[in-house]
Amino acid sequence: MIEHNLPVLVPLILLFGALSTSLLGSWKRALAYPLALASVAAALVIAVLGLRQTISAGAIRYYLGGWAAPIGIEYVLDPLSAFMLTVVLAVAVLVFVHARTVVAAELQGRTVPFYAVALLLLTGFSGIVMAGDLFNLYVFLEISSLAGYALIAVGEKPSPVAAFRYLLVGTIGASFYLLGVGFIYIMTGSLNIADVAKILPALVREPPVLVGLIFIVVGLAIKMALFPLHGWLPDAYTYAPSSSSALIAPIGTKIGAYVLLRILFFTFEPAAVRDTLPVADIILGLSLGGILFGSIMAIAQKELKRMLAYSSVAQIGYIGLGIGLANPLGFVGAVLHVLNHAFMKGGLFLVAGNLRLQIGHSTISGFDDSLRKAMPWTMAAFALFSLSMIGIPPTAGFFSKWYLVLAGFENSNWIAIVVILASSLLNAVYFFRILEKVYLKSSKKGEGTDSNLPRKEVNTSMLAPTIVLAVGLLVLGVLNAVIVTEIIVLMIPSGL
Amino acid sequence: MAEYFLSYYTYWFIFALTVLGLYGMLVKKNLVKKLIGMTIFQTSVIIFFVASASKWNATIPVIDPAIGTDPSGYINPIPHTLMLTAIVVGVATIGLALALLMSIYHRYHTLDEPHLLQRMK
Repeated sequence: MIEHNLPVLVPLILLFGALSTSLLGSWKRALAYPLALASVAAALVIAVLGLRQTISAGAIRYYLGGWAAPIGIEYVLDPLSAFMLTVVLAVAVLVFVHARTVVAAELQGRTVPFYAVALLLLTGFSGIVMAGDLFNLYVFLEISSLAGYALIAVGEKPSPVAAFRYLLVGTIGASFYLLGVGFIYIMTGSLNIADVAKILPALVREPPVLVGLIFIVVGLAIKMALFPLHGWLPDAYTYAPSSSSALIAPIGTKIGAYVLLRILFFTFEPAAVRDTLPVADIILGLSLGGILFGSIMAIAQKELKRMLAYSSVAQIGYIGLGIGLANPLGFVGAVLHVLNHAFMKGGLFLVAGNLRLQIGHSTISGFDDSLRKAMPWTMAAFALFSLSMIGIPPTAGFFSKWYLVLAGFENSNWIAIVVILASSLLNAVYFFRILEKVYLKSSKKGEGTDSNLPRKEVNTSMLAPTIVLAVGLLVLGVLNAVIVTEIIVLMIPSGL
Repeated sequence: MAEYFLSYYTYWFIFALTVLGLYGMLVKKNLVKKLIGMTIFQTSVIIFFVASASKWNATIPVIDPAIGTDPSGYINPIPHTLMLTAIVVGVATIGLALALLMSIYHRYHTLDEPHLLQRMK
């Protein structure tokens, strides 16, 4: 009985969690945090149950109000959406555990609304991955985006400006998506993804459908910050509070990539996307540009969070590369990289949060080897995240790049392979720059040593999630064959 | 050619509105004007959906004994209901944007982009 209702339970738990957090939190502030954490944890448990269920018994479909699709609204939990849901909520639980100290320190007196809005953000994300029709997907996309703007705007002094720019650009993206859906609705008369997928093959050469596809792809490229539409991202991630960026950076742009996968390979046919318009080739080209641009800009940054933001532009390029190559290995690489990058970038932003709380800044020139002595565990985790970002086996980061390289070989796309290898070197440059300061240089060179803040390791509630993510990268790396053969293979759409 | 333009005149009007909104968002220097541009842009998408549902010689989608159950006698209600939701989304976006603008004004005492960029340095 419960299996049948699993899809709808996750957004409901998160939505009611958000409502009760703000209501009970305004009565007794101490209640807000445990309630929020409990809601996310409960949602994660259900997502894991759903993932197990879909792997063994196939997709679960839930019809809201009992009206069968395509007339009614359906929630679909298939292997791809169950996997995304589990990744999103697993990272979210760890960030929530970490957030208790950071949010109390950075957002005094605003903790209750922070947790309520963070839960709304997760409601939006979980709705996006499970929405069975194109319009519900838009509504959830906007729920998560609105929550995201609010979470970014409570940060440092320039954060409302960054959030306002993100809002303008994000609204253009969402409206383009909606406009594209309108064109497809006019031609097919249906919004249900499975139904549209049945009708579209006969219509795929009609101009309105192609115009709709272009609008949708451009809109989603803005939402996922695909180069050169990434302009909103660096400021937004840099000025946001530590917990907001740790929550939005690992998940937010990946959700855009997920929707792109859903549209290109599950709504349209993969063959149609390759043959009618060079959509896949364009995404491929932009991704390659993004990988190089993001990596080079990351080297030029002086501030850790800003460097990580540009690195995100590069990393979304890897996912776009897997989508653009449009073959099964590329699909595996893209999905695996969503998981790996969620862990790596989540962990790196947690490290940035730890540093900001303990030493008051995260400017790279202020790092020195006293950090190694004062915060040994945080810095060890940082080293592990860096190795994974560079792609050194057996960390998880190596394996997604490996699948992408294999996919490049399969399409004989030598440029893609060269770019992946070159970007690994560039990653090495910008991470070793910090590792060198922390592990190799003597303490006299540091510029930030005059800080009055006590330099010591963060408390357990912040350290534990950081370490769990770091160890998780090793576990994911070792288990990558299991993840690919047991879970990701099930997702590969027919016809790819 | 003229006939082609005339037969799609609603869509040309919507297209003009979309471009006007985008122009306001991208070119205007004042943040409030940018927001107005965004509102025009969102509205153009809403009108696009509603216009796509219009039909000659059809009535509101409530069964009328005189017309019977022939669907060609009724307007498709789905785009209208979809746009009710989209309008709500738009209102939420504008509300949040205005709150952000207030916060920006409190911090920098200007909403003019060149001044704002100067003061952010």
